[in-house]
Amino acid sequence: MYQEIILDHYRRPHGHGLREPFEAEVHHVNPTCGDEVTVRVHLSGGEGLDAKVEDLSYDALGCSISQAATSVAHDLLVGHTVGEAFETLDAYQAMVQGRGKVEPDEDVLDDAVAFAGVAAYPARVKCALLGWLAFKDAVAQAQAGGTP
Amino acid sequence: MTVLAPTTTSGATLDVAEIRADFPILSRTVRDGKPLVYLDSGATSQRPRQVLDAERTFLETSNAAVHRGAHALAEEATDAYESARERIAAFVGADIAEVVFTKNATEAINLVAYGMSNASIGDGVDPAAERFRLGPGDEVVTTEMEHHANLIPWQELCRRTGATLRWFGITADGRLDLDNDPITERTKVVAFTHQSNVLGTVPPVEEIVRRARAVGAYTVLDACQSVPHAPVDLHALGVDFAAFSGHKMLGPSGIGVLYGRHELLEALPPFLLGGSMIEMVRMEGATYAPPPARFEAGVPMTSQAIGLGAAVDYLSAIGMDRVKAHENELTGAALLKLQDLPGVSILGPRGTEARGGAVAFSIEGVHPHDASQVLDDSGIAVRVGHHCAWPLHRAFGVQASIRASFHVYNTMEEVDALVAGVRRAQEFFGMVP
Repeated sequence: MYQEIILDHYRRPHGHGLREPFEAEVHHVNPTCGDEVTVRVHLSGGEGLDAKVEDLSYDALGCSISQAATSVAHDLLVGHTVGEAFETLDAYQAMVQGRGKVEPDEDVLDDAVAFAGVAAYPARVKCALLGWLAFKDAVAQAQAGGTP
Repeated sequence: MTVLAPTTTSGATLDVAEIRADFPILSRTVRDGKPLVYLDSGATSQRPRQVLDAERTFLETSNAAVHRGAHALAEEATDAYESARERIAAFVGADIAEVVFTKNATEAINLVAYGMSNASIGDGVDPAAERFRLGPGDEVVTTEMEHHANLIPWQELCRRTGATLRWFGITADGRLDLDNDPITERTKVVAFTHQSNVLGTVPPVEEIVRRARAVGAYTVLDACQSVPHAPVDLHALGVDFAAFSGHKMLGPSGIGVLYGRHELLEALPPFLLGGSMIEMVRMEGATYAPPPARFEAGVPMTSQAIGLGAAVDYLSAIGMDRVKAHENELTGAALLKLQDLPGVSILGPRGTEARGGAVAFSIEGVHPHDASQVLDDSGIAVRVGHHCAWPLHRAFGVQASIRASFHVYNTMEEVDALVAGVRRAQEFFGMVP
């Protein structure tokens, strides 16, 4: 499960730290282990799925899987439209929740395919999703009026 | 800091191999053929064949709803159920009518809290229950090292009644801070653990009972981590209520025990209402059966009670002194060997004095979940997370920890496997100095 890509992201997370500006900030917790992540999103232009993800900034406390997964989310989601980001998120979620039965699309998931191994460990799926689902929630809140 | 050597137990040694042969699950392999090293008995223990057989035999020969019906099976089932109660009561030094079967220890503690809550609502409460009435100005005392099950019911009881929650803090070495005592004349309840499920700490029960009694407060003891691992005499301890779970003491899940001093159970309002717990029912109202029946509404769990009876027989045959001595030896060795590893810190007492067999620790630079993954790959089952004691972890400034916990079937080789696994985790994450 611990691919080198995951350990690299864990040791040197990309895009770590909370930044301005942002339209919404959310705090998600994994109640089974206490892992926490705070995610801010900054969106621009367009409505709904056409808006662009200008930034995903975060502060996270947690295991290598949750930290690395949030770092990869930053790489894969920033610079894309919300629609594209949600497609990537859906593919990622399907893979890690797929119990090993979902063949990941490397073109869509890039570095995130490293998390395919997590699917074999149901107890770790929440870790792999923590930052990603926080992002989804933050986008929803930003588009519903924001929580700055 | 004092490191105590493991206690030697000459004359009390167990034939662990023989005991392990009673537990079929312990001989299985996990994760590509690795022998299972089960160090998570603090969460749930494994069950010996004797317990499984007792449940199966009961179900194959005598199964019926207890305390209703007059046919042969109903009689046999009721006898088996009440015989289990009698043996379980004797096991913890209680009288038979002082043992209430519940779903688990969590339900047992909630039963007391809700009973008190019911005694605090409005007027018209049975005068006998007045003694449990709580309101603004009253206080409930608990501790910062409690399992959520012995914290949240009291938080909610306070919220519902207007009483105030206070608590004992924890010292740096994982003991209760008895010098800053929140017990006052306003205290009505003191709820505390007999053994921390994280730190292993065994607080001085007699001293806390003495202080609670001095102000007329009721004591509620969470005995989930003590009854399975050491001789416990509830009458001798002098607590008013106590709770423990079947599945942590080699017995089935789905059964727990509430102990209450008889006089108190007679006065405590019921929590769950329905069949079995009544004396007389009319459309306008009902009167209730004496305890323990008053607190066992509905058709109760039966094969689980029979299984728990078999579990206390099994433990009694070994002898709880020997169970305790064996686990003490494992705990002492685990503490010494883990503390020898640079970067590993123990949460809680570092020696075995006034301490049970739960060893929680953290590894610098390795998140508990990651450590557990490496251990799991070697077949070693430990608990990670906050172990349902989030405030305790917060008090120690850590998010989560790794916990190894022992029972009578664990071996010194398994302690060594744990220590070797922790080293591997450190190596894997590049944290070996």
